[in-house]
Order: sequence, then C-alpha cells, then structure tokens
Amino acid sequence: MTPALTILLALAVPLIGAVLIAAAHRAPNVRETITLVTAGLLFLLVASLTPLVLAGERPEVTLLEMMPGLSLKFKVEPLGMLFGLIASGLWIVNSLYSIGYMRANDEQHQTRFYVCFAGALASTVGIAFAGNLLTLFMFYEALTLVTYPLVTHAGTGEAKRAGRVYLGVLVGTSMVFFLPAIIWTWQVSGTVEFRPGGVLHGKAGNMALGILLALYVFGIGKAALMPFHRWLPAAMVAPTPVSALLHAVAVVKAGVFSVVKIVVYIFGVNEIAGLKSVDWLPFVSGFTIIAASIVALRSDNLKRRLAYSTVSQLSYVVLAAALLTPLSVIGAALHIATHALGKITLFFAAGAIYTAAHKTEVSQLAGIGRRMPWTMSAFAVGALSLIGVPPAAGFISKWFIMSGAAEGGHFLALAVLIASTLFNAAYFLPIVYMAFFCKPDEESMAHAHGEAPWPMVAALVLTASATIALFFFSDLPLQLARQLVGRL
Amino acid sequence: MIAQHFPVLQVVLPLIAAPLMILLRRGTLAWLLAVIVSWTGLFISLSLLAQVADGSVISYAIGSWPPPWGIEYRIDRVNALLLMLVSLIAAVVVIYSRASVAAELPAHQHYLFYTLFSLCLAGLLGISATGDAFNLFVFLEISSLSSYVLIALGRDRRALMASYQYLVMGTIGATFYIIGVGLLYLMTGTLNMADMAHRLSGVTEVRPVLAALAFITVGICLKLALFPLHLWLPNAYAYAPSAVTAFLAATATKVSVYVLLRFYYSIYGESAVFSALPMGKILLLLSLAAMFIASAIAIFQADLKRLFAYSSVAQIGYITLGISFDSATGLTAGIVHLFNHALTKGALFMLLGCFVLRLGRVRFSDIGGIARVMPFTSFGIVLGGLSLIGVPGTVGFISKWYLVLAALESGQWWIALAIVLSSLLAVVYVWRFVEAAYFQEPDAGIAQLKEAPLEMLVPAWLMIAACFYFGLDASLTIDGAAQAAATLLQGLQ
Repeated sequence: MTPALTILLALAVPLIGAVLIAAAHRAPNVRETITLVTAGLLFLLVASLTPLVLAGERPEVTLLEMMPGLSLKFKVEPLGMLFGLIASGLWIVNSLYSIGYMRANDEQHQTRFYVCFAGALASTVGIAFAGNLLTLFMFYEALTLVTYPLVTHAGTGEAKRAGRVYLGVLVGTSMVFFLPAIIWTWQVSGTVEFRPGGVLHGKAGNMALGILLALYVFGIGKAALMPFHRWLPAAMVAPTPVSALLHAVAVVKAGVFSVVKIVVYIFGVNEIAGLKSVDWLPFVSGFTIIAASIVALRSDNLKRRLAYSTVSQLSYVVLAAALLTPLSVIGAALHIATHALGKITLFFAAGAIYTAAHKTEVSQLAGIGRRMPWTMSAFAVGALSLIGVPPAAGFISKWFIMSGAAEGGHFLALAVLIASTLFNAAYFLPIVYMAFFCKPDEESMAHAHGEAPWPMVAALVLTASATIALFFFSDLPLQLARQLVGRL
Repeated sequence: MIAQHFPVLQVVLPLIAAPLMILLRRGTLAWLLAVIVSWTGLFISLSLLAQVADGSVISYAIGSWPPPWGIEYRIDRVNALLLMLVSLIAAVVVIYSRASVAAELPAHQHYLFYTLFSLCLAGLLGISATGDAFNLFVFLEISSLSSYVLIALGRDRRALMASYQYLVMGTIGATFYIIGVGLLYLMTGTLNMADMAHRLSGVTEVRPVLAALAFITVGICLKLALFPLHLWLPNAYAYAPSAVTAFLAATATKVSVYVLLRFYYSIYGESAVFSALPMGKILLLLSLAAMFIASAIAIFQADLKRLFAYSSVAQIGYITLGISFDSATGLTAGIVHLFNHALTKGALFMLLGCFVLRLGRVRFSDIGGIARVMPFTSFGIVLGGLSLIGVPGTVGFISKWYLVLAALESGQWWIALAIVLSSLLAVVYVWRFVEAAYFQEPDAGIAQLKEAPLEMLVPAWLMIAACFYFGLDASLTIDGAAQAAATLLQGLQ
C-alpha cells in the first residue's frame, strides 16, 4: 500500500464507518462493533505511516484542485503525525468508554451519536494531515459542524443555548478572523502551503505579520484563547464521552495544533523570533493560563472545573509556541500529547462518577475513593500529570516548555508556569484528598454504589496507565517533536 | 447544419412551445413538451458554451438581415454562461414542477402554467442571447409579463397583491430601461449593441448619454432587486407557487445582473462607468447596505419563504459588490457568485416547496420538529443553508474567497471585514431553521406528515449536490467566470 493511499484511507475509513454505523441502527451490538473496528483500523492506518515520517519522509497526496492554484492536499509531517496518533489511538479507548456510558445512562439517539463521532474523527484526521491552510480550514469547519449535534445531544433548551454559544464562537471567530487571514496570506505570498521556515518571510511587513498572527491565534477559536474561550465550558452540556475525546483531545487539540502548525510552517519560528510586532502573544496566553486557573479553582461543578483547566492548559501550548525557541516548540508538541492523556483520564473519571453515583459537584465527592478506588486512582494519576509531577507524562512537556522559556530569557513566562503549577495542585489535589481521606456525608451513605460499568473502568485505567507509560517511553513523541524543529 | 442556428433555436423553441401548449390543453402533455423543450435547450446551451470556450464570438443574423440593420444574436463567453445557467435551472425545475404544480394549482390551470413557464424561459434566454438593445426590451417584457402571471397563480390571495406590486415596479423598471435605450438611439442612431459601443466611444460624457446610463441603471437595478429597489421581491417570492419561486429566484435577477454588466462593460466601457463616474462607489454602498440590512431583516421573518427571499436580496448585494470593485478578481467573484447563488437558492426554494406541498405554507410556527418526519427535505435545507453561510466545501465558500480576495487586492480591508461579518448574519437565520426543525417536539399535525415525493426531492438534491461539487472542485466555474470577466473587461471588439 502506498503512503498516499494510506492517507486517503485514513480519511475514508471513519466516513465509511459512519455510513455502516447508520445502517446498523437497529442492531446496537453490531453498531458498537463497527465503531470499535473502525477505530482500530484507523489507528493502524495512521500508525503505519509513523516509521516513514520518523525516517524523514513526508508522504503527501493531492486530492483535487479546488480553485486555480489552491488544492485539497494532505501531507504528513511530524506534528500532524503526533496529533493523528493521539486522536486515533484515544478514539479506540473512548469508544469502549462510550459504549459503557451511553448504555448505562440509557441515552437517546445513540446511532446519531456514533455517526457524528466517526465524522468528527474523520475531520480530525483531515486537520492533522492537512497539507495547506485551505485544507486545514475546511476540516476545521467540518469538525465544528459535525460536533454540533454531539454538543446538543440532549436536545433540551440548555443544550440548544450551549449549542448557540458553541457555534457562535467557533464559526464566528473562524469566519471573521481565520478565513481573512488565510486569504491575506494567499494574497501576499501566493501560497497557502505549510513549508518548513514559513511562507511569509520577506513577503509581509512586520506590522502585517503582527496583525496576521493575531488574526490566526484569535481566529482559531478552538484554541480557546481568552476572550474566545466561552464555548468550551458551554460544550460541557454534552455527554461525558464527548467532553472527554472531543473537548479534551480532538477539538481543542485541533485548535492548538493549528496554532503551532501555523507558527512553525507559515510564519517560521526563526523567521519571526525577536520581532516586536509578535511579542504580545506570550502575555495573552499567559493571562489565559492564570485567569482560567482562577475560574477553575472557584468552580464546584467537576466538569466545569475540568473545562477551565483545559482552557488554561491549552494556553500552555500557545505560550510555548509563542516563546519561539526550539525547546519550547518541542514542549508545545509534547504537551498536545501529554495533556490529552491526562485530561481524557480526568473526564473519564468524571463521567464514571456521574454514571455510578450521579454526582456532578466537587463538594459531593467526599469519601468516594473507597467505593470507586480504580476510578479515583486514575483521577489522581491524571491530576498529577496536569500538575506536572513525575512519573506522569505531564512532567516531560512542562520540562521542555520551561527549559525553552529559560533559554529564551522569558522569565515572566517561567513565573506564569510556576504559578499555574501551584494553581493546578490547588484545584486537583483537594479532590483526591477528599475522595480518599474524608468520610462520605450521610446522603452518600444512603445510596450504595460501586464502580461504573466495566468498559468505562477499563478505559480510564488504560489511559491512566498510558499517562505513566508515556513518562518512561517518551521516545516516539520526542523524536517527532525534535523533527518539527529540525533538531535530530 | 442545424447547429449554426443554435443561437436562435435556444430562444425560439420555448417561444413556439408556449402557444402549442395552449392548443394541447392538457396539463400532462404540456408538461411533457416543457420537459422536451427545456432539456433540448440545456443541450443547445452546452453546445454554445463549448463553441465560445476558445474566446470566439458567435454572431447570428436573424432572418439573414446583417447587423447592425437586422437583429443580431451575439454569443460570447459571458452570455453563453448565462444561457447555460438559465437552461440548467429550467431543466431541473421543470421536472420538479409536476408534483408541486399538481398540488398547488387547480387542474384546469396546469397547461397555462407550463405555457407561461415556457414564455418566461424564452424571455430570459432571449435577454441573454440578443445583441440588440431594443430586442432585449422585448424579451424583458415577455419574461416580466409571464412572471407577473406566474406569481399571481399562487394559491394565497396575497399572491395577487404581490404580483400587482411587482407589475407596477417592474413596469417602471422596463420603462426606465426603454427611455435609456431611446436616448442612446437618439445619440447613436443604432440599436445594435456592438455598433452602439463603437459609436459611443469617446463621447460617453455627453449629457444625454449620461442620462441614458442613469435611466438604464435604475431600470435594471429595479429588475435585479438591488437594495433599496428590492421591495417587490420578498412578497413575489413568498406568495408565488413553489416552482415559480425556485425558477425566478435562480434566474430572473441573475439575467438582470447580466444586462447591467453588458451595458457597463460592453457598451459604455469600463472607464466611462467606473473611472469617469463614481458608479463603483454607489454600487459598493448599496451592496453593503443590502448585505447587512436585508440579512438583518431576514433574521426576523416568520415565514421561511420570505426569510430566504430577503436572503436573496442580501446575496444579490454580494454579486454587485464584486462588480463594484471594478477589477478582474472582483468581476470574477461577482460572476461566480451569480452562478453559485443560483444553484443554492434554486435548491433551497425547491426544498421549501416540499414543505409547502405537505403544509400549505412554511411559517416557523408550523414546522416545529419537522425534521423527524421530513428528514431529507430538512437536511437538504441545512446543507443549502451552509452554502449560504459560505462553509468550506460549498459553492458559497468559493464566492466568499474571491470576494474577500478582491477586497484585499483593492486595499480595502474593511470591506473584507464587512463581507465576513455579514456572512455571520446568515448563520443566525439558517440556525433559526435548525432549531425549529430539530429541537422541537413535533405536534400531532406534524407527526402524521410524510416525506415529499421523490420527483421533487431528487431534483432538489441534485442542486444541493451541485452546490457541493462546485464547492469542492470550482476550477470549472472559476475558469468560466474569469474568462467571462476578461471578455467583459476587454470591451466589445
């Protein structure tokens, strides 16, 4: 199988899966089997490209010419490879979890749910492998639209309102900032392709570069940079598997992935390093890190706390890219992977708690660790990873980002990262402490419950183990990230 | 060879078919004839388009009277595109119309409907094909008079009022146009467009010629519903039979845009209109007003047909905005949006017709939860709506790309901002439909409805598919539009 065919198949397999899932709507067991098989197949396809990319190849394929000189084109480079691996790998685990969650909570419209999920993954793969801005933008918008039915899954008035915020912010920012930025790039440089070293160097003035960067980072609303972060907490109205895979991994990572990709391949890290017109970005992302942490600290609702923690952590990636040093860019790429594993574990745990104990607030969780030891242990691992404590994977990415900040002499960024570490500890550790060391209140005592259904527990134990494993076996992501900045 | 008579056959076939339908007096037979005529017309228009693709111009002398004395039909890359568009829409709508007309009109009017439809088609094709300014007026009247009656056939009694409103404004428009042509005839002594262009070169700043330009501009802008001359359009579209709305929305205003382009670029010449006069600025301001005000009004409509009618006024604003840039990119954007919007709106009004078939009307209050029982119609409207918004992968995105590019090329970044901001208004009105159709529980009346018949769904979905095909692979449409723009910018030789 040629690499070009593999890329096209990776896009087609989830779409074919979606059609088959829809066809099997009368037989839930067949439907769920198709989901799992599709997810497994997609991961194998994506993984089969990894050795090529590691060997320095950049397989590409042009699908069709959309407008004169503008093609739908896919090209697998290290960052996209990493993102593709994470998203497709976690889809398998998440499908397992979804099956447990959707059945245990007796959710409606399960077929639509799985169809949209497959569509979301197809869009994510499209984003990961996009060879130019046009292709990226197309799949970026597709991802917004195909996840809309997932966010509004409940069909209630609250879901409808959340859907408005979701769509309004994501479509609004992308149409008003992102699209003009792409067209502007095309106008000044005559290309929208991702190229090492960027395409804008020497084509646009310093002022224009600064404005373009602003249009890109704020236009990519999925990166949830303040003040365009409101869609993320709003999206928490969705079923937990959606929050876990899409709003902790696929959708939000598609956002920060796009930011890093554009900084590296459109602007060029070395080309814009030191420019006065682009040095505001660390401040904006630093502000988001701190402000979102404070909101997370004050939220009693567990999913809301996780959502704001995500907002904060996404800005780690943006900040790391904005520091424009090779080490920090490596950190940015790694953080996409490590945060994904940690955060999906946390969401899985939140969903398991909801399913087994019907609890949504942090203050209700006293003593729950005794009844749900697996879930809460996994939660603890995820929390440690986000704080950045070894031996959890989060430590590695944070190490690189901080090294980059030190290398570039950005001491304010260092201070922000240290402060954020403290905040993370402050809003996660009390939950772990309460769960294991406090006595449950009387109301909780009255309702006996154990762990959530086994597929959910299996999924969250898997991701928690992976979080630890990635700390010890970080070779693959590290190699990909080093290739990104040309440091082999 | 019959092929050399294609330019006239294109127009004359539906013209002759119309009286034949009166003689047939049977709805089904009239429909069959209409199908044959429209599909033959589509074949002819494609053949014409292929003939002029290399940049050549077909000049056909009616009755062998050589131009400029006789009437000349003159096909170049600009109007070949229009002929193809009008024929294509007619061919699709005529298939769709059978079930729709059968439901909306009493049986004894069916053959009259197809008669008028053929007349209207002949008029629109004639306007596009002719190279004679007076002959254009004749076809303008043929298409207008037939469309007044077609609109009045709507079963809602307000259709009569809408038709009357359109009659008054349309007649003013046609009169202004003929006054303009009269003035030009006074100054040049010719009605042949090419000849006129030749004689006008260098004397375009003479006052009667300028007055003629003013009359023609206002007259045609009434017909193409440029804001604020659009007042006839929402009612006409809302109360006309569904098939009529789909056909007129996709063709009538587009053909009028073509007439404006023909006069501005081919007869007066680009420099006379855009350099010597501030036409670009005037068009720009009116287009921006259309884009924002009409979209804003659309958001608050209770009736979906009116909503999409106001959306049409806004979308026409995008077309004229492209023209107002007076650049190759801008003109390409305008022409490609003319084509793209015809596909999108044609599809949308056909799908709304499916609702009308089942419900009799399409108010937001009547369609709560209708996506459960009419999933294909509803999802089609969502997809068409995405094209109106300009989501990548749809034709609307291609238009938007070129419009924004044209704005950036002209150095006016604030217009680029206005374009993307106004497209967000489309998100609001499209999502009103989504929330009504998908988020409400269907009541008992809705729950017993059936999906529309295939003979209506298939044509409508073909158009939706075209919206996506030409959105993903726009090389064909962009090349066609760019060549048409280049032809226009060259002026008439």
